[in-house]
Amino acid sequence: MGNFLSRLSLKNLLRLARKNLWWLLPLVGLALFPIFESNPSYQTIGFYTLIFMACSTSWNMFSGYSGYIALGSAAFFGTGAYTMALLSIHWNMAPGAAMFWLVPLGGLVAVVVAIPIGWVALRVRRHTFVVITIAIFFVFQLFAINMSFTGGTAGLNLPFISWNASYYDVPFYYVALGIVLFATLLSASVRRSRFGLQLLAIRDDEDRALGLGVKVAAVKLTGFAMSAFAIGMCGALFAMFQGQIYPQFVFDPLFDISIALMAFFGGLGTVAGPLLGGLILESAQQYLTVTFSNDSLYLILLGSLFLLVIMFMPQGIIVYFRDRYSKKVDRDRAALSISNLALNDGAS
Amino acid sequence: MSALLHVENVSKSFGGVQALRDCSLDVEKGSITGLIGPNGSGKTTLFNVITGYVKPDSGTVTFADKTITNARPNHVFALGVGRTFQLTRIFARISVLENMLVATQRDDSWLRGLTRSMSSKVEVANAMEWLSFVGISQLADLPAGALSFGQRKLLELAYVLVADPDVILLDEPAGGVNLTLINSIAEKIKALNENGKTFLIVEHNMEFVMGLCARVTVMHQGTALVSGSPDEVRSNALVLDAYLGGDDESEYA
Repeated sequence: MGNFLSRLSLKNLLRLARKNLWWLLPLVGLALFPIFESNPSYQTIGFYTLIFMACSTSWNMFSGYSGYIALGSAAFFGTGAYTMALLSIHWNMAPGAAMFWLVPLGGLVAVVVAIPIGWVALRVRRHTFVVITIAIFFVFQLFAINMSFTGGTAGLNLPFISWNASYYDVPFYYVALGIVLFATLLSASVRRSRFGLQLLAIRDDEDRALGLGVKVAAVKLTGFAMSAFAIGMCGALFAMFQGQIYPQFVFDPLFDISIALMAFFGGLGTVAGPLLGGLILESAQQYLTVTFSNDSLYLILLGSLFLLVIMFMPQGIIVYFRDRYSKKVDRDRAALSISNLALNDGAS
Repeated sequence: MSALLHVENVSKSFGGVQALRDCSLDVEKGSITGLIGPNGSGKTTLFNVITGYVKPDSGTVTFADKTITNARPNHVFALGVGRTFQLTRIFARISVLENMLVATQRDDSWLRGLTRSMSSKVEVANAMEWLSFVGISQLADLPAGALSFGQRKLLELAYVLVADPDVILLDEPAGGVNLTLINSIAEKIKALNENGKTFLIVEHNMEFVMGLCARVTVMHQGTALVSGSPDEVRSNALVLDAYLGGDDESEYA
């Protein structure tokens, strides 16, 4: 376990940080945002954006790498949210920062819930898998609506946090940023591990991977359960932020579609893709909603943005630019080898 | 000398089609055994049964005195039975080198995969060595999907070899590749065989099979019809019937 932690966090963190210093720029930008932007409504947009960045990244860590497009991850988001709500209510927690401790617990409960779901759903592939995950999601939503301990459609009221409205968002924002960092590091570590390679092999040809010694069932289930963790944490944080939750809000089918679209938009199966997709799409949606909410113009603008990217960068923004860059590098390399050849010829 | 790979009375039907009918086969340790037969005679199904992709209705498969009849493909591979597919199957969207690394571990636990990096220096060196052995090491950084059909065949052979299996099942290694490459593949198989690797080869190219294999088994309608040296097989009346259509035999006899 010590080895596990050191590889996942410290070693990879240091290696990543040294290799990709440009990561620091958006990180510092995100960290400074609430300091320079003191308007609470924009800070709220920032918070939502981070939540979606984290969820999309975590979703991509399984679905993007393995090709198993899960459209039921809101089940984990809702599970995290209800964990936060139920525990903080039943344990009579004092409203305030102590409730943040329930956030990782929400993630853990989501993982526990994800294991039987994955065990069932991962027996099928492709379209069937997508449909099964959607079906399981609706089972969860119906549970939340109809069970008494969830408060039914009336939802639940969490202990009321009476922080001053002018800085209410800030602690939530930084906890969300922490989850984004965690999800990104985990995703990057998985991408660099043998486990991640096995997920990619499963995406390309699952049966062939099985015949090369990859324990596909165990690998898939592990990836699926791991991806539930950060999503569950985000659900818990969201519930605490809102102060009250309803089944339709935390078990929201649009959530499933959003995080998948964000990953597609930025670049499915890449580490940075869902971050970029979440950052652009969620902030744009929230901003446009606030700015153009009178007429439905914001929907048109958002749809146009989406169409443009899909038309010109069908594999997502990150993949588009990476391919362009690598083609340029290839061209440069070819040019260099030709000029070297010419030089050698001249010398001889 | 007991057989390294031993198939006994295996039967398998898919719906109404009986693909294998009491099929038995022995592959001696250190041999190159050929498996030939008309299309639809059950060669590939037999491969699938041996490697765990298809569960037989009856019969047993033993490898190195262990029963592997209903073992999962990953388990069969871990024990040391590697195979290639008739339609080459590679991981198209990861690099050639990464393709090699997938097969590197034969029986690592799945948890180990989480805690270790994608590759070690030793594994990369080993993978590159096998890539140079088949002659495509210069393509290591390319996505495997960019390879030509022949190069894919070589890659598939290389990534099976990287895990150092004891016996290798090749499904039509010479199918759809040019003559030069066929000869080069045959040489590679010979060289590997001299180093102790055992082969079972399905192939339609008779020249390839007869030149390479000390022992050939002919399959027909799901049964192993005849086994023997290439010369014995070539002159066997049953084999000729199987290939040329035995029903008409009486008319011309």
